[in-house]
Amino acid sequence: MSLLELRKLNKHFGGLHVTNSVDLTLRAGEIHCLIGPNGAGKSTLFRLILGEHRPGSGDILFAGENITALKSFARIHRGLSVKFQVPGVFKGLSVRQNLEIALQSRHRGGELEAEIGRLLAFLGLESEQTQIAGNLSHGQKQWLEIGMAISLKPRLLLLDEPTAGMSPEETHMTGEMVQRLNAGGMTVLAIEHDMAFVRQVAHRVTVLHLGQVFAQGSIDEIVADERVAAIYLGQAHA
Amino acid sequence: MTGLLAMFRRLEGPQTVGRGPAFWGLFALVLAVALAYPLFSDGYTVGNTVYFFVWVFIALSLCLIWGYGGSLSFGQTAFFGIAGYSYGILTINFGSGYGFTLLALVMAVAIAALFAVLLGYFMFFGRIAGVFLGIVTLAVTLMLERFMAQTAGPEWHIGAARLNGFNGMSAMPPLTIPWPGEPIVLFADVGLYYLVLGLLAFVYLALRILMNSSFGNVIVAIRENPERAEMLGYDVRKYQLITFVIGAALAGLSGVLYTVWGQYITPSSMGMTAAALPLIWVAVGGRSDLTSTVIGTLVVLAAFQALTIYGSQYALVFMGVLLVLTVLIAPNGLVLGAMNWLGRIASRLTQRAG
Ligand SMILES: Nc1ncnc2c1ncn2[C@@H]1O[C@H](COP(=O)(O)OP(=O)(O)OP(=O)(O)O)[C@@H](O)[C@H]1O
Ligand SMILES: [Mg+2]
Repeated sequence: MSLLELRKLNKHFGGLHVTNSVDLTLRAGEIHCLIGPNGAGKSTLFRLILGEHRPGSGDILFAGENITALKSFARIHRGLSVKFQVPGVFKGLSVRQNLEIALQSRHRGGELEAEIGRLLAFLGLESEQTQIAGNLSHGQKQWLEIGMAISLKPRLLLLDEPTAGMSPEETHMTGEMVQRLNAGGMTVLAIEHDMAFVRQVAHRVTVLHLGQVFAQGSIDEIVADERVAAIYLGQAHA
Repeated sequence: MTGLLAMFRRLEGPQTVGRGPAFWGLFALVLAVALAYPLFSDGYTVGNTVYFFVWVFIALSLCLIWGYGGSLSFGQTAFFGIAGYSYGILTINFGSGYGFTLLALVMAVAIAALFAVLLGYFMFFGRIAGVFLGIVTLAVTLMLERFMAQTAGPEWHIGAARLNGFNGMSAMPPLTIPWPGEPIVLFADVGLYYLVLGLLAFVYLALRILMNSSFGNVIVAIRENPERAEMLGYDVRKYQLITFVIGAALAGLSGVLYTVWGQYITPSSMGMTAAALPLIWVAVGGRSDLTSTVIGTLVVLAAFQALTIYGSQYALVFMGVLLVLTVLIAPNGLVLGAMNWLGRIASRLTQRAG
């Protein structure tokens, strides 16, 4: 069964064709990685899925429903959630308050307090809970935002470069966390440059290049594909 | 019952400075002094204090929209003026019998709020934000001022109420509470003082509860990062609109109270100076905290008035200097900075004691 289906999606920024007739189907329950050189249009594709950008043409189907015209917050209510490329935490608020804002629409009172505590422990941010989020390290901000994104218990979790700025150990831990969430039934679409992470978690991989789906398959198929290697060699590797 | 209890617990929280017995003890003391003060003062001084209090509502409205919500609005004086004129038009036409002035107060505030619904809908759903929001609201304010200023001719009237152009509207009845025997007229001294003080305490506490609620959380989240707030499932524009309308109602309340205080309202209440002053009070006090805003506004107003005795140009220069000092020393507000400093000292002392 497909959870997300992009049909002939197009997006132009002026003369730039950032999303070029993209067809992409996510199966319910899979971890799907989206890779591609810088500027390939990966983040833009996320913004289209989330409704921050409107496609010039094409359709977005989520769980069988056409959500192309829905506002962003309504898509979140349908079961989408995202961690952005640039950590989007509430910088001036405490870590605890960040999580409270993410959790408060699903939990109240003592239950809310318990959920915040559980999430803080899960993220390893207990000792930082009264810190202002803006003072966290880059990696901690990433964790915090991932925590906010998963606290919505989404059906589809979008992660835009979740391990950027993390050490190899932290990256591996993030991979394990993604697998744990996936085992709980969450479908995941992750943009990643870190091939170790992709190898660790991906069931399938899609390569985006110049706004087009360039290749798709298992990680081994992708790595073996000389055309894919060529487009990465065309530029300094990120 | 538990709901009520939970509400009162929300009087404290991360969005408001001041907590614990020390703070609330001080609050009770200040309130007690404020309640007793007219007994030891003369009518003129009490009336002057009412005048100060009246402005606190518009300052709080700006604190809400700008400090908590992150949208800099120059339009608060527009709502102030709309409500003030509305009260005048309503009461000059329908009089003060049967408690109508109280109804007119509510209606005038509602008219200002309704205007905010229209303006706010156009702005927030038209995705006007940041500097442009400031420009649009300022334009609306100045347009209203210009419009009212040219209504001097006798053809400009609504029923019995002449708009009177630049001279403004006057002689509207004061607030009058119907009472068996003789109605109680709240002239601009002790009577009005207690009403305004009551409203002020009520609005202050209600805003504390609101800002420490889940609604308040969303408002500050939108200030910090509207995109993230939307991606947590919040309808950002709806929240912005609601905040804007609540703020407009508070500014409107300020306008009505000002109008009943002096029994006049003029277009200059919506002019450039009038639009800028509340921004200074709130910025100097501490726009992101209710208590700092209240204290800052009262202190700056009192200082302004004291200096005006020596000439209003000095007072305006003083305001400018104060604003520059704030930006340099405590960008989040002088009062807020001082309160946070006191809070740190207090917690260090209790730590040492404990
Ligand atoms: N709002 C915008 N307006 C104009 N151009 C944009 C906008 N957003 C992205 N672009 C351009 O579209 C192209 C694709 O950008 P996008 O951010 O989607 O790439 P990406 O694949 O996520 O790259 P990276 O790996 O560096 O994050 C880039 O050339 C970028 O400059
Ligand atoms: Mg990107």
